[in-house]
Order: sequence, then structure tokens, then C-alpha cells
Amino acid sequence: MTKEEKYTHAKWAMNYALGKGSQEVKVSIFDSTSSRVEVREEKIEKLEQANQNGLSIRLLVDNKFSSHSTNRLANKKELERFINEAIAGTKFLSEDEYRKLPDPELYYKGGGEELKTYDAGFREIDPQSKIDMVFAVEKEVVGKDERIISVTASYFDGMSSQVMVTSNGFEGDSENTYYGLNASVSVKGGDARPQANWGESSLFYENLKTESVGKTALDRALKKIGQGKIESGKMTMIVENRTAGQLLSPLISALYGSAIQQKNSFLIDKLGQKVASEKLTIIDDPFIVSGRGSTLFDSEGLATKKRMVFDKGVLREYYIDTYYGRKLNMEPNSGSTTNLVFESGDKDLEGLIASVERGILVTGFNGGNSNGSTGDFSFGIDGFLIGKGRIVRPVSEMNITGNMKQLWMDLAEVGTDVYEASSRRTPSLLFNNVDFSGI
Amino acid sequence: MVLPPIMQSCSNIQISDDVKSYLDHFEVNASMLQKVIATAMSKGGDYADLFFEHNISNSLGLEDGKVNRAYSNIDYGVGIRVLKGDQTGFAYSESVAINDMINAARMAASIANNAGDFDSKETTEKIPADYYRISRKWEDVSVGEKVPYVQKINDNVFRLDEKVVKVNVSLNDETAYVLFYNSEGRLSYDYRPLVSFQVGCTMNRDGQIENSYTGRSFRKGFEWVTDELTDELAREAIDRTNILFDATKPRAGEMPVVMGAGGSGILLHEAIGHTFEADFNRKGTSIFSDKMGKKVAENFVNIIDDGTLLNNRGSINIDDEGNEVRKTYLVKDGILNSYIHDRISSNHYGIESTGNGRRQSFRYVPLPRMRSTYMEVGPHTREEIIENVNYGVYVDTFSNGQVQIGAGDFTFFVKSGYLIENGKLTQPIKDINIIGNGPRALADITMAASDYLIDNSTWMCGKGGQSVPVTCGLPTVLVKKLTVGGMNS
Repeated sequence: MTKEEKYTHAKWAMNYALGKGSQEVKVSIFDSTSSRVEVREEKIEKLEQANQNGLSIRLLVDNKFSSHSTNRLANKKELERFINEAIAGTKFLSEDEYRKLPDPELYYKGGGEELKTYDAGFREIDPQSKIDMVFAVEKEVVGKDERIISVTASYFDGMSSQVMVTSNGFEGDSENTYYGLNASVSVKGGDARPQANWGESSLFYENLKTESVGKTALDRALKKIGQGKIESGKMTMIVENRTAGQLLSPLISALYGSAIQQKNSFLIDKLGQKVASEKLTIIDDPFIVSGRGSTLFDSEGLATKKRMVFDKGVLREYYIDTYYGRKLNMEPNSGSTTNLVFESGDKDLEGLIASVERGILVTGFNGGNSNGSTGDFSFGIDGFLIGKGRIVRPVSEMNITGNMKQLWMDLAEVGTDVYEASSRRTPSLLFNNVDFSGI
Repeated sequence: MVLPPIMQSCSNIQISDDVKSYLDHFEVNASMLQKVIATAMSKGGDYADLFFEHNISNSLGLEDGKVNRAYSNIDYGVGIRVLKGDQTGFAYSESVAINDMINAARMAASIANNAGDFDSKETTEKIPADYYRISRKWEDVSVGEKVPYVQKINDNVFRLDEKVVKVNVSLNDETAYVLFYNSEGRLSYDYRPLVSFQVGCTMNRDGQIENSYTGRSFRKGFEWVTDELTDELAREAIDRTNILFDATKPRAGEMPVVMGAGGSGILLHEAIGHTFEADFNRKGTSIFSDKMGKKVAENFVNIIDDGTLLNNRGSINIDDEGNEVRKTYLVKDGILNSYIHDRISSNHYGIESTGNGRRQSFRYVPLPRMRSTYMEVGPHTREEIIENVNYGVYVDTFSNGQVQIGAGDFTFFVKSGYLIENGKLTQPIKDINIIGNGPRALADITMAASDYLIDNSTWMCGKGGQSVPVTCGLPTVLVKKLTVGGMNS
């Protein structure tokens, strides 16, 4: 479907639902295409192609709320039946006085900066050039070390386009593309067969970094040989930029209106208070050019804004959507994150390592969880022991355990090495006094 | 493209009314299936299959005392796969119009690049097993019939304990129609119901907030939802939350871990199950890659992956490659007996598939996946096992786990359990991760009791970006040594 066809179809579905007894309606229609090539032992192991589409409709019927989706949107008769059944089912629910479409004043109304999240050349890329690229990634590894057991290289790309309309006047659309390369290398080291992955991704084909993907995966796998646990103890922890999102997630989850209203947050009633170390400053910036989380409006249609979330450890904003805003009697300010940008310190990863007398550099997490209500966490980790400012040996099969509130108070350094291939643009982070469990 | 001559005679195929109803459901006929397969095989593939799926799911939710949200989703389409040795070409179509299927088949065919001759095989119907008999289909149950049970759980939880401040309940049902056809002429079908009830409970005791949850899931119909069930779930949610108020954290480090009967089967799933999946082993990337036929555990250890348990969440009547589902001994009398196979890996090893080829939906390729993974009874008693431990932990409620296939390091997150001090359960513990190494942990199972139990919580297994429903089970066992997340003095 073209964008115009999607709008026409979405509005038809919206008007149909309004005509059948729904008082408020939101309809989204999307389509997407993606492909994937996987190479192993110098031949194509997997070739996958996908095209999909879908329609989702949110209804408010006599103050009762429901949401429905289908990938059967071509046949209008079938869609009519789908919508009728959805409306009929909704009538059995309890009323929910807090469900309302957003205040139209808060909607995105067009214009704004060019965010460059869509590569118009997506369909013109020669399939053979994608395949050549994957083989080149594999070639960086094959035969380079006798300990290599297996190398899998892959290329993936995709584009999606969506429109959204609401019965109180919102209309918006967006298009996105992405491209990526990945290498996964397994090596033999004693009984274990350590594996490492490395990947690069981009929103534009021409910006996709192709070199060193395979080589980096190989280097990282080889460095893991001989990994094992060390004695338990309280130590300094550096978390590498790519993996730091794992520790950031529980902190951000504690800021959502749903978590606060449902008492599933350890940061209830903390606005304006110091909840983390002075080193923690995070800005939510929706307008970064080609940022992975860049967007002009959120999933409700609310116009996005640049905002300070943590200011030198002081909590400045929650993420409040329309529904939980009404439940909490707070102003909605968009219930989702866009790009989270840290204020950097002055050392890169090497500098951070050099500053540590004894500690662990965490390069990967292995399971674990964090309790939303209390902030208690425990995660499996692997990485490297640091002694006197240098990497000493690889470690694995260890846990870190503690509480999120204390962990972020113990944030001592923020690196300069921002990981840009994620909406959570984390640099490497250094924490003091972390409880490690090993032997 | 030249179609094989068999096309003219396909109207003579004898098919049962059962399979006919599935062909009608997807508005296809045997001749269309053969035509799509012929296209898929036209470039010289060794094998091709078609997986039609129509999935209807519904969810009802309760928050702040009211059943005030409902969700539904319809997903429909056909996945077309072509194999050439270990190589896979895959595409799917959300339309079953012949031209759309042919286009997808052409794309999948391109994994092979010769001009191949393909002779259509005679169609043979594979009658699926019958592991989930139900009496009330979810499609026939209105929202109005489900609402009172969801409400009742909420009301029970609030009534049972005055510390309760929040309750969340969801009732999720799913129905999938599956039609399968492959280049060997095998035609099969399945009807897959799945239901889960989830209850979350948050309590406040003098300003201390704790929450926990419970759930159940089966391949059952609406007849499963009863007042007794809602009472049981409410009680369990209360008990699981109450225990957390006085819970502590153990000390950090290695110690004996007693795994309580039931959900502790997550140990098998993470420590052993994934690393036995034969796609990893055929590539040599699993820590168990060269251990077939070798002793890996004590003699009393028998570990099974089973797709045949009646109404179990992990059971399937046929796997997603049209193969018979089995009860497979992964470890028999302490010896590594079988990997977990799909078509590609079983061909690679030259054996029959164990019926573990599973996929999240028609949008994904099948992979070797677990079903219900459990361990049979051992020679000890639960009391003996606990008495055996001087300082350690007893764990029985879990939220999630993970494993690194090659390194063998696995973890599981303990929602609650107890300290063991001088052979007795003492203070409750909560929110700790436990980490170990698969082969070592398996060898370190030194005691096992006879209280074997399958846990019917809503277990979901993730691999390669795909989720499939599974279950697990275990008798009470002692693992001599694992690293427990905790505090350093």
C-alpha cells in the first residue's frame, strides 16, 4: 500500500468503527519488508525474505476499552466483521473512566526537523552486493586462527512504513529503514567453546560499516579463552558501552507512569530528589539526526520534546502517557523514551580501565533480573579482571547483586565512548563497590 | 517453468474429511499445494515444505479492580521453506492466493541454483496424535463468559490479605489452525489450543512494597477455567508475595543448591536442554558437542524431552515439520543418549528426527526446540537432601534463565527460596541470580528425590528471536556447587 492508500484504509476503518457504536477510535496500518542472508562454511546457510502488513485498532465503546490487530486487512467485508466482533466483545468489559484519547493540543501537528531515519534507496540495492558483503565478513575470520570452530556471518535489512489516525484529529506517518552486519565466532579453548558476536548497523546503506566486523568477533572470542570465576568480593565494575543498557533499563522502567501507578517502581515520589550520583545526567532527545530512537511523535501521537531526565543525579521527569497521567493526576508528557543521551566524562574505555586498581570489566550479561518495586537486582556476567590498570584475565560464571538505588549512587565515572547504534546511547560506565559472586 | 506431469492426476488423491476441512479453512486444494511445492523445488532443492497457520489470540486484563481491557490478534499466512543440504531458503506470504504463494516459493527456491527436475510424490496423509482433547473451543467462548473468572481472582486476592494494594490478572487464550505439506507428499494438520492465567499481586507492609506472581498454562479449552482454579491461583499469589517480606540475600559465592520439585526444571532447560539442541552440536559450537554416548551424570539421572504429555503447554500433535512427536531420553542412566533434533540436524547425523522442529509461527523457520523437559525420580528423599546441606540455598520459584551455548555458563533467576543452615530450611531469600556451568552442574547432581513434578507455569522459551511455549519439571535434587548471587561481608 502507498502512504495515501494506508491513510484511506485507516480512515475507512476508523469511520466504520465510529458508525458501529465506538465513541473514540485510533487506527494504525503498517507494512514492512525485511531480508536476511546468513553465511557459514563459505556458502549461504540461510536466505530469508519477509513482507508483512497489519492493522491495529483501539476502541472506546461506552467508556470501555479494547485493542485489536490483524494481518487480514485487504478484504473490507472481513475487516467489518472483525471490527463488529471487537465492538461486541468490548461491551462485556467494565468501564474505565481514565481511558480517553490524548488532548489534541498535545498532538504533533506536522513540520519539525528532518530526522533522516529513512533511506529512500532501500529497494534499489543489488541483492548480490549484500551477499558479497556477508562473504567478506566471513573471510575476515576463516583460516585466521587454528582454534576457530565455527563462523557465522549475516546481513540483514528492513524497511517499514506506518500511518496512524485518531478520531479526535491526529494524522501522522513515518518510515524507517535499517541495515546490519553481524559475525558470530566460536573458538576452542579447553573444554569450553567460547563464542563472541560483533555487529554493526545503520539506518542508511551507505553508512553501514563493513570492515572489521568478523575480525572484531574473532578477537573477542579468542580473548575469552581460559575464562573462569574468581573469588567473590566487592570490587569496582566497568560496564562496556554496548552492554550498559542492561543496567540502565531497570532505572528507566522505574520512571514509567504505569510502574508508578501500579507501585512497581523504586522511584515513586522522587521527582526533584537526588536519586543517583552527580555523574548521572541523561537527556531524552528525540531530534538526533539518524538517532535510533528519533521521532517527532510518540505512539499516542503526542509531539515529542527534548527534556532533562536526570540532572546531576536529580530526577527531573517521569514518562507519563495519557492513561496513567489521568490515573495519577499528572500532566502527560509522552510515555516512552526516544534517544537517551548521557553527559560524558573525560575518559574513554582504556582510560577508565587504567584508573582501576582492582575490578572487573563487564563485557556481557548472562541472565538475571531486577525487581521493579524494590530495585533489587542480580545478573550473571562475563568479562575481564582488571589489576593495576590492566586487563589480567577473562572471567565468567559470576553474578553481580545489589540494589539499583545504591548502584546508581555508586556511579563514579561516565566514559566518552558513546554507543550510537542504540536509542540508549550508553557510554562505558564505572561503578564502585559492586558485590561480585564467584568462588 | 514446467510443471511435472503428476499435476494432472492430483484430483484423484484420497484425503480424509479432517484434512479436507483444513484445506477448506485455508481455501487451498491439493493441486495448489503441489504447484507451490513444484515451484519451490524448481531450482534443485532437496526438500521443501509449506506451513499454513491461522492464529487467533485473545487476552482479557484486570487492573485496579476491574476487567477493563481486552486485546485480540489475528495472524494468517504460509511459510515456504526449501532445503539444500544444510542450507535453507525461506519466505512467507500473508496471502494464500496462488500467485502470492508462487512468488514466495520462487524466493525460497533460490537457495539452490541448478535447474532441477522434480517429480511430485504421491500425497500421504499423516494423522496427527491427540495430545490435547478439549471440550470447549476458545473461539466459541464470548468475552462475557470469561470476565467473571478474572474478576473473581482479583476479589479473592483482596479478600485473603489486607496488605494487598494492587492486583493484575490476565486470561490469555490462543487457537492455531495448522496445515502442513511437503515435497515428500506428506499432508498433515493440527488444531492447537493454548490458555494461560496470570496473576500479579503487590502488597504493602508498613511501607515495604513487595510483589510476586503466579500462573498456569495448558493446551486446554474453556472447561479448564473453574472456581477451584481461581481460588488456587489467588491463594498462590498471596503466599508467594507474603514470603518476600522477611526475605534476605544469601552470602555471595559457591555453595550447595537444593532445587525444589517442579519449576526447578529450569535447571535442565538452561544447563542442558539448549546445549543439547542439535543445530549447535552439528556446528560444533555447544559445550556438549563431542559428548554423545559419554557419561555425563550420576547413574540415577534420566532426563527427558517430551512432546506427548496430555494437555501440556509444551506438547504438540505433530511438530512444525510434520514429524511425529516423541518422548526422547536426552540422558539415560547418566549417559548422553540423544540430542534434540529437527529435520536439518537429523539428516546431518543420519538419524530420524526426534520431532523437535518448532517455529514461533509461519513467519519463522523451524529450529530444534524443547517441549517439556524433565528429570525422572531419583533414589533419595527430599528430607535427606536438605539434611545433607550445612550452608546453602533451597530454591523453588523462578522468573527467567539463560545460557551461553559454547561456554556452557547458564543462569536462572530465583524469585524466592530459603537459606539452608545446618540441614534445615531457615530464612526466606529472594531476587538472586544463580550461575553455573552445564556439564559441571549435570555431573554435580549428587542426590535426587522421588517427588518428581511438572511445573505448569507459563514458560516461554526464546531462541534465535523466536518464542515457543514449553514446560519443565524436576524432583527435588541437590546440585553440589553453584555460584549464588549474594552479598559480601
